[in-house]
Amino acid sequence: MDSSRPSDHVSNAPTEPNSSGVNSPELGLVGWLRWIWRLLTSMRTALILLLLLAAAAIPGSVYPQRSADPNGVTSYFQQNAELAKVLDSLQLFDVYSSVWFSAIYILLFVSLIGCVVPRAIVHAKAMASAPPATPKVMARMPAYQLVDAKKSVRAAVVERAANLLKRERYRVVVDGDSVSAERGYLRETGNLIFHLSLIGVLVAVGFGGAYSYSGQRLLVEGDTFVNNLAGYDSFSPGAFFNENNLTPFSMKLDKFEIAFDNNVNHKANAGTPIDFRATVSTKSSLTAPAQTTLIRVNEPLELPTAKVYLTGNGYAPVLAFSDKPCKTLNGGVRVIEGPFSYQGAVPYLPQDANYTSLGVIKLPDAKPNQYGVLSFFYPTAGKLPTGALTSVYPAAISPQSSLLTLNVYAGDLGLDSGIPSNVFSLATHGLKQLSGGKTGVKPIQLLVKGNAENLPNNMGCVAFTDLKRFASLDIDYNPGQGWVLLFALLSLAGLVLSLLVPRRRVWVKRVDDGFEVAALARGDDPALNRIVQEIAQELSSKKKKKDKDD
Amino acid sequence: MISMPRTQLTVALNEDLSQVSLYFIYFAMALYTVAFLAYVWHLSQASSTLKAVRKGASRIERGAFILLVFASALHGIGVILRGVAASRVPWANMYEFSITGTFLVVAIYLVSWFFVRDIRILAVFLSGFVLLVLGIATTVFYVEVKSLMPALQSYWLVIHVTVAILATGFFNIASAASIAYLMKGSNLVQTSKLRGFALTRRILALFPDMTKLEKLAYRFNIIGFILWTFTLIAGAIWAERAWHRYWGWDTKEVWTFIIWTIYAGYLHANATRGWSGKRSAWLAVIGFCAIIFNFTIVNLFFKGLHVYSGLK
Repeated sequence: MDSSRPSDHVSNAPTEPNSSGVNSPELGLVGWLRWIWRLLTSMRTALILLLLLAAAAIPGSVYPQRSADPNGVTSYFQQNAELAKVLDSLQLFDVYSSVWFSAIYILLFVSLIGCVVPRAIVHAKAMASAPPATPKVMARMPAYQLVDAKKSVRAAVVERAANLLKRERYRVVVDGDSVSAERGYLRETGNLIFHLSLIGVLVAVGFGGAYSYSGQRLLVEGDTFVNNLAGYDSFSPGAFFNENNLTPFSMKLDKFEIAFDNNVNHKANAGTPIDFRATVSTKSSLTAPAQTTLIRVNEPLELPTAKVYLTGNGYAPVLAFSDKPCKTLNGGVRVIEGPFSYQGAVPYLPQDANYTSLGVIKLPDAKPNQYGVLSFFYPTAGKLPTGALTSVYPAAISPQSSLLTLNVYAGDLGLDSGIPSNVFSLATHGLKQLSGGKTGVKPIQLLVKGNAENLPNNMGCVAFTDLKRFASLDIDYNPGQGWVLLFALLSLAGLVLSLLVPRRRVWVKRVDDGFEVAALARGDDPALNRIVQEIAQELSSKKKKKDKDD
Repeated sequence: MISMPRTQLTVALNEDLSQVSLYFIYFAMALYTVAFLAYVWHLSQASSTLKAVRKGASRIERGAFILLVFASALHGIGVILRGVAASRVPWANMYEFSITGTFLVVAIYLVSWFFVRDIRILAVFLSGFVLLVLGIATTVFYVEVKSLMPALQSYWLVIHVTVAILATGFFNIASAASIAYLMKGSNLVQTSKLRGFALTRRILALFPDMTKLEKLAYRFNIIGFILWTFTLIAGAIWAERAWHRYWGWDTKEVWTFIIWTIYAGYLHANATRGWSGKRSAWLAVIGFCAIIFNFTIVNLFFKGLHVYSGLK
């Protein structure tokens, strides 16, 4: 590059005619590669790739993504099967790992490397070499001033200018009647750090993703999770994940509490959750002593090899089902008798802000015929104007306020077919509904620790013996994220330097009747004219006070 | 390491005070309206073909500026009272983000006014924009003071959101400069013989020349871009704590990324022959439109984790 014409970018430079000239239009393979490389590493290409990347990211916010919202993708397929197939073939449900999105960012990074590496070499050379020679015609520079000065001032101007500029942290070269100075090398250093750090971010994201894992586990109060693959409800490992990397810690959910705003004066806010608290006991190995810790939203449990996050919660009514009818005790109290075809806590998924919750129980072992149950739980039951039940407050105001209803479905649950089915949903198609809905039989209603109730058609007895809560926990490990953060912060620091540090060259030259001051900036420099004026003023004043201070 | 469960958190909300806060916002809107009209009046006077009319214009501008200062003072009190009423930072939902964001836009403008006199003339864009946002905020986005949902209970709410608001403020002022730049450079505006365009030309003549407008936009945009980069990083740090991953292509993350990329494109355009000038100004305007889109459409209609509008 012509050093007297600093340009803010290398890409504009390659406009010199091809040495092979017009006579030989055949570029050859090497020529073509060189041409493609130049095209790819030009600033214009980088700019277009950036804008393409922005545009290509948009569909990922319009269509549900498998990575962020797998349920959204499933329901899209259910509602719009034909369109979904077309979208899927275009990878519109996996935008950020799609071929076309990847192609854009890979090209962008190749372009970035191709642009930054030559710039780094140019910059290293510039750092090592002296500021460029004083231009012959100073008046052509964007900031320029000619100052008339007496002979005494003229005589000392070169030396004083050199001292002044050195004091202002310029790199200074005195060349006869003129001083050439340059400052702000950090601007380009910052620019290079910024771009190189982006490569670091990309590599760290890739490396971290490959060795990472993310698993989910729902725990009811009292349950224990052991960290092995069987312990997870769902698990998504990175490409290089190794099962042996799972450290054998265990974690028991002792207690899960929610604090709701229970101040009735807060008309708009009453019932809003203000705190979720999961108290867990962890053991770093099966024999280690248990440690009790609190996990809250924004306060994950940090174990040496994983972090545990609280991502969801709900109610888990404890139910018991028996094939025998309920037993009525003296005084009219009904109780359930074993043996039980099902007994245990059932996580109910919340359906609204007041925790109207839906649970599914499948009883493949019930005799004589298996059946399924769709159940709703209302922490504080109320009625909608339509007469339908709903929950009006997310917690149980009193033991009598909460209500559990059951609709029983008879028929083959399809569990023996070997096809995995969702434990949270009951495929009612093909089953016969025996209570609730349009059957004419009232749904079974239960209170916690209240009377047991008989199932329809003498199928047995059901009781609601206790109410627990569950917590959804996310167990994550990503060895790359510290590096991602480091490179991201480095790139931010580089960005600040590259945008805010002014890079400028200043020349002072003794002429016949005085001296000239000129300056040239790389990029935008709001202070350029002011700098020239200040230097001119400083040098034309006779006081040498500042010089003597040194 | 044993941390015991805390005692029941108490929520301190003052709905009466939030009403008082709303009154201050209404008062501020009334004053912004008068200030906006005064700025329009100033433009019409200053662009007059009659010298006698032009002479009175600077007095109107001074009056409008004083109105703007008073309006921002009332606005600031409204924002602070909202925070006091909620016992927390006043930017936890769209209404609060709007009132705090517009207040900071005005504050950035007023502070910059002392250093960069060229932005004086942008006041008409600014007061109009602030008025529009406050109008939508008080009618469409308004929600009563509520406590923070657990996901928002973090000091990152202060860091991440404050910087996001500041970035938006800088981008906003820059976009006003870019719009003025594009209007000045528009062939249609500069050559049309229709009467309205003649007036527009006279008004535009009051704005700084195109070179100055371009530089103004650039200087505000680079500050905005640095702050936006920080917003993105801070958001990722917070997401790692609250959502168990630092980046998951949530819709809001996607749009934050898109905006960042557009402005990165803008910075490159400024250094690319054939792209500096009009094209880069368009990119700055598109970038700001993406910010508005991110704040309104994405917040209200796109499915994602950033569902903090508080609207049902």
